Amino acid sequence: MTHRTGRLLTVGALARVEGEGALHVSVRGDRVEAVRLEIYEPPRYFEALLRGRTYAEPPDLTSRICGICPVAYQMSACRAIEDACGIVVDGQLAQLRRLLYCGEWIESHTLHVYLLHAPDFLHLPDALALARTDAALLQRGLRLKKAGNEIVEVLGGRAIHPVNVRLGGFHRLPTRAELDHLATVLRQARTDAEDTLGWVAGFEFPPLTVQHELLALTEPDGYAIDSGTPTGALAGPFPLRDFEHRVREHQVPHSTALHATLDGQAHLTGPLARWNLGSERLPAEIRALAAQAGLGPRCVNPFRSIVVRAAEVLWAVTEAQRIIEQYEPPPAPAVPVPPHAGTGYGATEAPRGLLYHRYDLDEAGFVRRAVIVPPTAQNQTAIEADLLAFVEPRLHLDDAELTRQCERVIRNYDPCISCAAHFLTLTVDRS
Amino acid sequence: MGTPRLAVWKFSSCDGCQLTLLDCEDELLALAGKIEIGYFLEASSRQLPPPYDLSLVEGSIATTADLERIRRIREQSRYLVTIGACATAGGVQALRNLASLPEYQAVVYARPEYIDSLDRSTPISAHVPVDLELRGCPIDKRQLLEVITAYLADRKPDIPAHSVCFECKLRGTTCVTVAHGTPCLGPVTQAGCGAICPAYGRGCYGCFGPMGGFNGEGGPNTRALLPLLRRDGVAEADAARLYRTFNAEAPAFAEAARQATEDDG
Ligand code: SF4
Ligand code: SF4
Repeated sequence: MTHRTGRLLTVGALARVEGEGALHVSVRGDRVEAVRLEIYEPPRYFEALLRGRTYAEPPDLTSRICGICPVAYQMSACRAIEDACGIVVDGQLAQLRRLLYCGEWIESHTLHVYLLHAPDFLHLPDALALARTDAALLQRGLRLKKAGNEIVEVLGGRAIHPVNVRLGGFHRLPTRAELDHLATVLRQARTDAEDTLGWVAGFEFPPLTVQHELLALTEPDGYAIDSGTPTGALAGPFPLRDFEHRVREHQVPHSTALHATLDGQAHLTGPLARWNLGSERLPAEIRALAAQAGLGPRCVNPFRSIVVRAAEVLWAVTEAQRIIEQYEPPPAPAVPVPPHAGTGYGATEAPRGLLYHRYDLDEAGFVRRAVIVPPTAQNQTAIEADLLAFVEPRLHLDDAELTRQCERVIRNYDPCISCAAHFLTLTVDRS
Repeated sequence: MGTPRLAVWKFSSCDGCQLTLLDCEDELLALAGKIEIGYFLEASSRQLPPPYDLSLVEGSIATTADLERIRRIREQSRYLVTIGACATAGGVQALRNLASLPEYQAVVYARPEYIDSLDRSTPISAHVPVDLELRGCPIDKRQLLEVITAYLADRKPDIPAHSVCFECKLRGTTCVTVAHGTPCLGPVTQAGCGAICPAYGRGCYGCFGPMGGFNGEGGPNTRALLPLLRRDGVAEADAARLYRTFNAEAPAFAEAARQATEDDG
């Protein structure tokens, strides 16, 4: 995801959801003088093109910011617009939205774990190379990923850019037979997710400690995904309507992505932030399995984020099972959302971190202004700081090896620029 | 001939179309045995040198740097297929073609001078010859597999050029317009998705772009659909907006948006 600038953010940055980037490290003697992560994904100007559209459109339009987490965009947009219109979607409709979101977490996290991140730990160029040494292992990953996609397909119509989401709920409710099918798929997924957690726990993790402020949504009695209160490790909880005063975006010359800070500090959002701020509210059974995988209530090594992702997949599978078991069809697929002039705020936990939307609507429901702060924009400052801390003790490595390792540091964040592989060209200026 | 070499390229886009390839969970391993990945940033850090036998291109041309890059990719590719609405029609970011770029930039960036951006977002075919265009935002998994397997078998891919209406009939979905008066762009929209929206009780919003063959033959009669949309409560400005979403710059939809506004004028 993205970027933005001095003013509050914008979508233009979002566009560079994934995409390409470059890293510049300037070294003088044995000191690193500067680290610059460049994102040069072309801007797509979403915040601009949303102006003048009607309030029913942002869920479909903003999903196109990111093909890897479209549900996150749809959910944050719905929440923000419903907030502007004074509507709260609750009960079974809210549960179905959560089920849809669990599908995206399972699919997107598993994609990152197996196809994008694990090859780093196994010293392989890609997951297909893994298939040659251990086909069953990759098949397990693909099966788990597919389970997530099947949830999104049943609830949303298709896995990428689902069509069934609307303000107030859905166009059509799932049938009992469809949910029964998902329940069957999830039984296997449960085993696969446990095995995945055990597998990644055995990787070797280079030492690195996060020094940043953390930001995640929290809820009083559960793990936050589709709602919650923004909470900083240092900043504490604050109302969502204060978000843009606390999280400021600014533009830097070297990137189309805006940089952001929380109360002036570099901050981190995503799996590590969620884990440190919310893992105590996970079911005891999940906490116990995570503990077996070496995850205590705090995790401050970004390289271990792959273990947190695997634990979150396991949780999302069990949460999806719970929702399906307790499901009772609501009276209608959606509650009416009449237009209302005003401003609405929405935030949810995309797999990569907190995704914030704000919309100003006029009385006919036209969008006057849209503000979108994606997780990658928020994480960019922290990623640069991590790189600085990581590179200095490793300056003796040659450029190729140092580049490879820096890429790993960046992939810990699954930034939407992650285009997984060698999106980095490292130039070391050893003047 | 050795194993054919596949390349996947990205321009201005959301990555959803190339992700469709990784979403082929059941076919991925079999495919990997028949085709060699020469360049696919999202999936591999290994890059093989050109030429590439089959290039899949996602995204629209949106920066000056893109202009040079797409020409190089064309030279390095034997068969070039564009995937998705961004690559075939400029994508949702082509909405800026109807607006002023400085205005758009001012909304998003405090310092637009740092940004390399063309004032229009254009399809790949506006710049280089393209062998096949696959529609959709995103593309359909089955169509993508059809293109790849047809390429491997050295036959023409079976990509029909009819409308979404045919797919509703195939699927056995009751017409949402006839039965419920739901506005639907299905009659003028290219098939390929399997008519998902009507199956979910929603009118088609045209994400596969205007119906018609690769060279624009058999284009849709958007004028005939206008009265029906109007009957179902779509005002002129709404109809124009409906056409101006993910395929706004596809010629038939751009023209339909104009018709919708001018007809009431
Ligand atoms: S056509 Fe749609 S799904 Fe494909 S890259 Fe463009 S925005 Fe994404
Ligand atoms: S029915 Fe229309 S809008 Fe829906 S997925 Fe198919 S082409 Fe896209």
